[in-house]
Amino acid sequence: MLYDVQMTVNGQAVSGKVEARTLLAQFIREHLRLTGTHVGCDTTQCGCCVVHVDGVAMKSCTMLAVQAEGKAITTIEGLAAEDGTLHPMQQAFRDHHGLQCGFCTPGMVMMGVDIARRLPGADEKTVRHQLEGNICRCTGYQGIVEAIIDGSAKINAVRS
Amino acid sequence: MHNFNYHRASDVAGAAALLKDVDDGKLLAGGMTLLPTLKNRLAAPSDLIDLAGVSDLKGISIEGDEVVIRAMTPHAVVAASHEVATAIPALAALAGGIGDPAVRHRGTIGGSVANADPAADYPAAIVGLNATVVTNQRSIAADDFFLGLFETALRPGEIITSVRFKNPSRAHYLKFRHPASGYAVVGIMVAQYASGVRVAVTGAGPSVFRVSAMEAALDKSFTPKSIADIAVSADQLMGDIHCSAEYRAHIVKVYARRAVEALTA
Ligand SMILES: Cc1cc2nc3c(=O)[nH]c(=O)nc-3n(C[C@H](O)[C@H](O)[C@H](O)COP(=O)(O)OP(=O)(O)OC[C@H]3O[C@@H](n4cnc5c(N)ncnc54)[C@H](O)[C@@H]3O)c2cc1C
Ligand code: FES
Ligand code: FES
Repeated sequence: MLYDVQMTVNGQAVSGKVEARTLLAQFIREHLRLTGTHVGCDTTQCGCCVVHVDGVAMKSCTMLAVQAEGKAITTIEGLAAEDGTLHPMQQAFRDHHGLQCGFCTPGMVMMGVDIARRLPGADEKTVRHQLEGNICRCTGYQGIVEAIIDGSAKINAVRS
Repeated sequence: MHNFNYHRASDVAGAAALLKDVDDGKLLAGGMTLLPTLKNRLAAPSDLIDLAGVSDLKGISIEGDEVVIRAMTPHAVVAASHEVATAIPALAALAGGIGDPAVRHRGTIGGSVANADPAADYPAAIVGLNATVVTNQRSIAADDFFLGLFETALRPGEIITSVRFKNPSRAHYLKFRHPASGYAVVGIMVAQYASGVRVAVTGAGPSVFRVSAMEAALDKSFTPKSIADIAVSADQLMGDIHCSAEYRAHIVKVYARRAVEALTA
């Protein structure tokens, strides 16, 4: 049996027919062809699949597409401006060398934006704790942590 | 993952009726345990009944000397709750130490308590803070709720609706965190009530347990020194790839003392 799902993804209304077991990550990647959301582990550990559901960071590999019915989803593709100007968190990752191979990066950036929302002014120790569910095999985290602190400062400066 | 039918419940009675009607139904809360279990094909229910749309299963309230947390409240909401942090700071801290932020955004207290993972954090709070688990059928006292490894007093079809925690005069939760998963290798809740001290240990055994020798000693004198020499036997504890039963027994002793230190410093 197929289920109709409707949600908003990066500001656009989308719909599809999915099996009950179709994961949100699968729906985003295979149905919507938004392949910026990565699947690293498929076991809720690595955080490559983090997207925002109604503005809150969640692991899309451990959510069913049907559970996202009616929700507003933001993926990494939804962060930059129309003209290609990077989101402040993306720019900070670029400035601080917060990526190497880039596989973990979409999840790191989405989690970084979530940290900026929840914990403005978070220090290095807090940011490291907050990244417990995001694994990077390349960078050693140094650049990622610096990027999130800087990106968060820029996001929150604009807000206040 | 095997396929299944998906249902959205709009109230508890509806969820209970659906559970009865379908072949082999399971409730879906945050899915942080259930979906990984289905992916591994360790379970293959015919139907999932999603509780996410049941609005009266969400939220936190203070009722008399109790903190009431409804079943579908995510860990992150408990961790960030001003009410919880004011009434029982140890409970807010415990919720904020579960897994990682994305897990805390979805995982719920009801799912965690129903699942009764031996290394889960909430069982230490349920037993340590003398909570009552309220279901659609009855109220279950903490000491009667956890029966063993992944085993609870819940009957088939029974739905947890809320958990009521008794406000202690002081309490502290200390966890030896597994570095990869965040689960408790050992987690200890020490709570003091007018009626006596409760010491609950999760992670170390097949199910959460109380250490009555420590409780009695702390009743006499609430100091780190009074329990410094009280050991728990490794016989009933778990040994696995993470560490031996003897190691866990040692951590129980050291962490219980440190929890009391934190409360008396
Ligand atoms: C990477 C990772 C790290 C984690 N780290 C920790 C940790 O450090 N500490 C910790 O304690 N936990 C940890 N967890 C588990 C997490 O807390 C889960 O959220 C929790 O165990 C299950 O809650 P859930 O809401 O996701 O339930 P689900 O997975 O949806 O359900 C779990 C079980 O409970 C049943 N159920 C759900 N709701 C009810 C209800 N209201 N009444 C009756 N039955 C119900 C379901 O049918 C199912 O059998 C971790 C999980 C992951 C993926
Ligand atoms: S792919 Fe979702 S956490 Fe790794
Ligand atoms: S940049 Fe390669 S995994 Fe993080």
